Amino acid sequence: MYEIIKAEFIAPSVKKFIIKAPKIAQKRKAGQFVIIRINENGERIPLTIADSDKELGTITIIVQGVGKTTNELNQLTTGSYITDVVGPLGKASHIENFGTAVSIGGGVGTAIAFPTAVALKDAGNYTIAIIGGRTKEFVILEDEMKKVCDEVYPTTDDGSYGFKGFVTAKLKELIDSGRKIDFVLAIGPIPMMKAVAETTRPYGIKTVVSLNPIMVDGTGMCGGCRATVDNKTVFVCVDGPEFDAHKVDFATLERRNKTYKEMEETSYHSFQCHIDKAFEEART
Amino acid sequence: MNEISKKDRMKIPRQPMPEQDKLERRTNFSEVNLGFTEELAKMEALRCLQCPKPICIEGCPVEVKISEFIKLVSEGDFLGAAQKIKEDNLLPAICGRVCPQEEQCEVKCVVGKKGEPVAIGRLERFVADFEREHTELRLPELKPKTGKRVAIVGSGPAGLSCAGDLIQMGHEVTVFEALHELGGVLIYGIPEFRLPKEIVKAEINSLRALGVEFVTNAVIGFTDTVDELLANDYDAVFIAVGAGLPYFLNIEGENLNGVYSSNEFLTRVNLMKAYRFPEFDTPVFNCKDKNVAVFGGGNTAMDAVRTSKRLGAKNAYIIYRRSDVEMPARKEEIHHAKEEGIEFILLANPKRFIGDENGWLKGVELVRMELGEPDASGRRKPIPIEGSEYILDIDMAVIAIGNGSNPIIQNTTPDLQFNKWGNISVNEETMETSKKGVFAGGDIVTGGATVILAMGAGRKAAKAINEYLSRS
Ligand SMILES: Cc1cc2nc3c(=O)[nH]c(=O)nc-3n(C[C@H](O)[C@H](O)[C@H](O)COP(=O)(O)OP(=O)(O)OC[C@H]3O[C@@H](n4cnc5c(N)ncnc54)[C@H](O)[C@@H]3O)c2cc1C
Ligand SMILES: Cc1cc2nc3c(=O)[nH]c(=O)nc-3n(C[C@H](O)[C@H](O)[C@H](O)COP(=O)(O)OP(=O)(O)OC[C@H]3O[C@@H](n4cnc5c(N)ncnc54)[C@H](O)[C@@H]3O)c2cc1C
Ligand code: SF4
Ligand code: SF4
Ligand code: FES
Repeated sequence: MYEIIKAEFIAPSVKKFIIKAPKIAQKRKAGQFVIIRINENGERIPLTIADSDKELGTITIIVQGVGKTTNELNQLTTGSYITDVVGPLGKASHIENFGTAVSIGGGVGTAIAFPTAVALKDAGNYTIAIIGGRTKEFVILEDEMKKVCDEVYPTTDDGSYGFKGFVTAKLKELIDSGRKIDFVLAIGPIPMMKAVAETTRPYGIKTVVSLNPIMVDGTGMCGGCRATVDNKTVFVCVDGPEFDAHKVDFATLERRNKTYKEMEETSYHSFQCHIDKAFEEART
Repeated sequence: MNEISKKDRMKIPRQPMPEQDKLERRTNFSEVNLGFTEELAKMEALRCLQCPKPICIEGCPVEVKISEFIKLVSEGDFLGAAQKIKEDNLLPAICGRVCPQEEQCEVKCVVGKKGEPVAIGRLERFVADFEREHTELRLPELKPKTGKRVAIVGSGPAGLSCAGDLIQMGHEVTVFEALHELGGVLIYGIPEFRLPKEIVKAEINSLRALGVEFVTNAVIGFTDTVDELLANDYDAVFIAVGAGLPYFLNIEGENLNGVYSSNEFLTRVNLMKAYRFPEFDTPVFNCKDKNVAVFGGGNTAMDAVRTSKRLGAKNAYIIYRRSDVEMPARKEEIHHAKEEGIEFILLANPKRFIGDENGWLKGVELVRMELGEPDASGRRKPIPIEGSEYILDIDMAVIAIGNGSNPIIQNTTPDLQFNKWGNISVNEETMETSKKGVFAGGDIVTGGATVILAMGAGRKAAKAINEYLSRS
């Protein structure tokens, strides 16, 4: 059992957890993730290690409620426990001093991009962050990013905060302003990562994305997380999760992620009914 | 009872295994074989001729004293029989169920030369179940503590049996397991209807009672490396990580939705209990009224295809490139599969998977095969028949053509020697690797093999580790 030391919402349905996991805190590197299982009936889901504290023996994860498991997780509060946490899994981000590095996060993707942005800065890069959200309240980790990056640009789709428009528009603006950009990291929804890949491709800027296929074991044992990169099959959990954005077959990834769509809806629906019922009972 | 003559013994027919009805069992995950009753067991035991030189023992990789335990069964001393088996085999309830007896102990049995061999496996299973159901946990005596500590990586049959022996020798033992459950393939691979998980759990609990420490969610290589284990006060390490890398066919369409490796399909159903979705959260392809094809002819393929039938598949096919004679699965599994309505498409090989406009699997192109000259494995090599291609409509596919070794340990333990297939190289007598204090055994050394071979390797390693520790 793994104790939740602290849990707080940082945006609508986005919750930050600090979890006691000393071994993982010691070892983890930027880009790596854990797999958690909330309880005995739970699914195993991957979540990026956003941060860690070696002294306290804790790791930070930031979770967006999208379906049954993530919403159930987001109901847990400080002091409760998670049944299983395993990691650190996956390859660490490839970090070097590229020159100027732009880290782009879309929605909860900002949490996944954050540790790598820190590592890029530590390696001597001039570091720029573009962090997007639908509206103001979905822009997360702005203060944290500001502490480590040389420039931070929040963007919102509706212009309620920062730059109005998609993260790619901001990226394009930076490129077109004549700045020399040597490296781009983009993490977020698949359409966003695809759009970033297409934005940088004509300029030949090295671009890396972190893929989010459906996983089970996270150790290369099941092959469920396979994706197509450079026309070859890779197991994202052990060969990635980061890959060259210009070589990823995003369409296959997007399609495979829909494999359980119907069942996920069933699962989420019965979970919601359950919550509503519990809520009713608590009121009466 | 012992007065019964050899001739009369030979007249007793092999006792049938009581089974769940074949139509009914297609709809549940309960065990198919129900096990011998005491009467059936005693009767079957009488069939053993008590050969002065029991040749059956030669067929058993761990040399269970077969004739001796069967004699005790015939005398009704079932607990005594259990003790006798456990002198050589720590997991009889499991081996009695899953050993390929027809290639091991039973194939040697002299009674089998004329008729059907003595049902050694079924008796072994009966005795182990009897003991489990009729006695409190009886713990063997432990040797005085040596103060030495051994880390075991992987909790499959190799790791568990090594742990069982080492703890009795007085060493402290910690088993590290990557998954959240213990048991390796016994838990995530072999389905409930063939090996109830309660039985595996009971074995693990008795090891726990002996003092073996278990750490789940520990992927050695990531959570700790082998070197870190050695640096953290472990005097020796036994690597028993199994063959955990699924092979694919490498043909067109393999990444379509609905194509699984057997590891993924079985893990979802067995380990994650997807057959009880939505009570359990993990989903699996909804097989109901669908056509399912499983590629391969081993135990894994049989397990996958029978699982799909239980999940409601309308048509469930085994597609195998050789003929049924070459099929490596246990005979009993093939027989059960046929009884359950599995269709066997033999001498056929997939060429490509075909998807619909949304990327879901809808068919497979097969080519007919014929058998040519024997290949290196001694089996006749299948050769495609030019122009015999045809398309079979399927909605889900499971690839069960074998497993390789997972590279995590290899990538994180630079001075450990591996062979060209990625298996750890060991001294076959001692299971010692090229790295001091590190031993290995089970599927990671042999490639995918059997439970009893993995168990035997674990015991051999325990002996060698004990010697190594008393020297150091
Ligand atoms: C390496 C990696 C790191 C990730 N890091 C984070 C993170 O830091 N924060 C965060 O909020 N999310 C992260 N995710 C995504 C997160 O794992 C999914 O949102 C979560 O699994 C959804 O589960 P659910 O039951 O709530 O939703 P569901 O309704 O079950 O599924 C919603 C969608 O999530 C995906 N999904 C479903 N099951 C799984 C699974 N077992 N494994 C992976 N994806 C699945 C599918 O695309 C599905 O369509 C990461 C994913 C990967 C692969
Ligand atoms: C579906 C299926 C059906 C089978 N049916 C039969 C049968 O009927 N009869 C028979 O005799 N044999 C059968 N086999 C084969 C048999 O199960 C194996 O030969 C046997 O389990 C091998 O034992 P093992 O201890 O070497 O490895 P495994 O049982 O594979 O156990 C290895 C364990 O190590 C863990 N592990 C892996 N990497 C790490 C790591 N880095 N750190 C920590 N832990 C790790 C794994 O999670 C796993 O739990 C079957 C196999 C399968 C897949
Ligand atoms: S362990 Fe397996 S091979 Fe040996 S006697 Fe028992 S069933 Fe036969
Ligand atoms: S060979 Fe057959 S008959 Fe002879 S001792 Fe073994 S089991 Fe009994
Ligand atoms: S999640 Fe199973 S191989 Fe990657």
